[in-house]
Amino acid sequence: MGKTLLDKVWDEHTVRTLPDGRTQLLIGTHLIHEVTSPQAFGMVRDLGLKVLYPNRTFATVDHIVPTDQRAEPFSDPLADAMVKELRKNCAETGVTFFDLPSGNQGIVHIVGPEQGITQPGTTIACGDSHTSTHGAFGAIAFGIGTSQVRDVLATQTMAIGKPKVRRINVDGKLAPGVYAKDVILHIIRHLGVNGGIGYAYEYGGSTFDGFTQEERMTVCNMSIEGGARVGYVNPDETTFEYLRGRPYSPKGAEWDAAVARWKAVASDKDAVYEDIVSFKAEEILPTVTWGITPGQAIFIDEAIPDPADLPEKDRATAAEAIEHMKLPAGTPAAGIRIDVAFLGSCTNGRLSDLQEVAKHIKGRKVASSVKAIVVPGSQGVAAVAEKMGIAEIFRDAGFEWRGAGCSMCLGMNPDKLVGDQLCASSSNRNFKGRQGSPTGRTMLMSPLMVAAAALTGEVSDARKVFGIS
Amino acid sequence: MSLEKITQVTGRGVYVPGDDIDTDRIIPARFMKCVTFDGLGEFAFADAKVAEKAAGRVHALDDARFNGATVLISGSNFGCGSSREHAPQALYRYGFRAIIAESFAEIFFGNSTTLGIPCVKMSKQDIEDLAALIEKTPTAQITLDLTENKVTVDDVDFRAEFSIPGHAREPLMNGRWDSIADLVDGLEDVKARVAVIPYLSAK
Ligand code: SF4
Repeated sequence: MGKTLLDKVWDEHTVRTLPDGRTQLLIGTHLIHEVTSPQAFGMVRDLGLKVLYPNRTFATVDHIVPTDQRAEPFSDPLADAMVKELRKNCAETGVTFFDLPSGNQGIVHIVGPEQGITQPGTTIACGDSHTSTHGAFGAIAFGIGTSQVRDVLATQTMAIGKPKVRRINVDGKLAPGVYAKDVILHIIRHLGVNGGIGYAYEYGGSTFDGFTQEERMTVCNMSIEGGARVGYVNPDETTFEYLRGRPYSPKGAEWDAAVARWKAVASDKDAVYEDIVSFKAEEILPTVTWGITPGQAIFIDEAIPDPADLPEKDRATAAEAIEHMKLPAGTPAAGIRIDVAFLGSCTNGRLSDLQEVAKHIKGRKVASSVKAIVVPGSQGVAAVAEKMGIAEIFRDAGFEWRGAGCSMCLGMNPDKLVGDQLCASSSNRNFKGRQGSPTGRTMLMSPLMVAAAALTGEVSDARKVFGIS
Repeated sequence: MSLEKITQVTGRGVYVPGDDIDTDRIIPARFMKCVTFDGLGEFAFADAKVAEKAAGRVHALDDARFNGATVLISGSNFGCGSSREHAPQALYRYGFRAIIAESFAEIFFGNSTTLGIPCVKMSKQDIEDLAALIEKTPTAQITLDLTENKVTVDDVDFRAEFSIPGHAREPLMNGRWDSIADLVDGLEDVKARVAVIPYLSAK
């Protein structure tokens, strides 16, 4: 009987079974950021413990960093204190810190892959739910709470039960103008925001085989929005090519040995899954969310549903969404006026996202009613985008080009919605208040759909706006 | 490390209706600008309270009848979204010692257990009945009994079964809900494992 990648990685990283039946699982790679780590360092100190393997933890700052005025001290003293705290903790314990002056700072889920730290067959943990992103490389990657950050710092392990594995196949070729973001929004729409509880999602099929590494990251990133703490894709040549030559990738003879191991870790052909779900790429259209959970999604040619037409269990949340969004049932997605366009986040703040949009917006202008910002996911992405002239295209079009960070994905920094502004966003969460204003409204969509909304001032079919067919 | 053995939680309840109540709702991100968890309790459901007021309604946590409640009752997929431990920390510091819901998001569930907050699943019908009961008698004392997986209410004929996975129930009942001590016990095994995994042993 064959094994899944999850089985193989789990077995290799199992230290022992704990008295409560959970696994004491070795975490090979630990990523930290300023929001969920300070308390953990404090707890390690209070317990009289130390950071066991400082060379296996990597830090950066992303959530609270301002994206415009980046000189320290920051105008927000609390934010400033958090960066200084992380700097101090890293210096004291010997943890590598991709700090602001390093040129390598960025959103933790963009920095890990970019540096080659994220590798197949490894276990990865980070005090952030979008750690599932790293599964795109065939790693088993978990979002964890602060007490577990403490556990990993002090013991390089955590207590966790083994998830079941659901295989999600997507086969076929996406139509032009349809992107990885649409794929994951479609999957969540159909499996539900809690459908993945207790599961790891293994994504495969010809659509994934053809995806770039960055497209795979976009899908794995939002696994958690479907309730699955872990999402992964089996590693293949695309993965190896992405990793070749990155700062932390193995070199020389070690590279060949690593690739051999990485190939062996992929799920066996006869692997056994808890269940299997299949989708056809051709059936997926550009998708936008209309509500307050990522599962409340519709195609661009659909209208906001009437709660009465939905299954009973979805009605109350739908009614709450309609009240919050101030968009009545029956409103077509296309034509909803927007105030803000946000391009960035660990879902869609990578170079390929910005490249794809730049290709289409060249020579066009953001609508005068819209505030549009682009926030590269890392300083590395920003530097390459500058060099390639991508930043210039955005500036010419009227987008604000910012410094790397989480920015308006969660509004813990100065970038926030104001009042009930409606934002077309390439991020991953449309929860009430997520973008910094309690009454702010978020519609999630692909980067090109964000750009189309920015240019027209309303939610629009990017295929029409940009003449894609 | 010796921790309290949690076999029973007794206290008054408050019902916060709704499915998919996410951790941004429980503690909005702007309150996470802190390097300790102290003081988070007062911000639990901060924006939701304001929103209810603006809509001319009263959030359950603003309803004086439920002041001092220690048992939080809600709908399905409670605690979805961000992994922030600030969410259960805020609830704990607000005073909650147990949560009853139709279902829980996984990271929230684990974070809560580690803080010694039992999260138990009950059927939608039982939750609605319990909510109706405390609406009528806000002072009712609710008891969650982990030895029998039952919720009872003093002086009232209410009994309902709940479920909680064994990997959370046993440690709560044995006072081992914070796993750090167990993990530290295994440190020799950890080092042995690190030594045989190529990407970890290579220097
Ligand atoms: S970009 Fe958004 S989702 Fe990603 S780590 Fe930052 S805040 Fe979290």
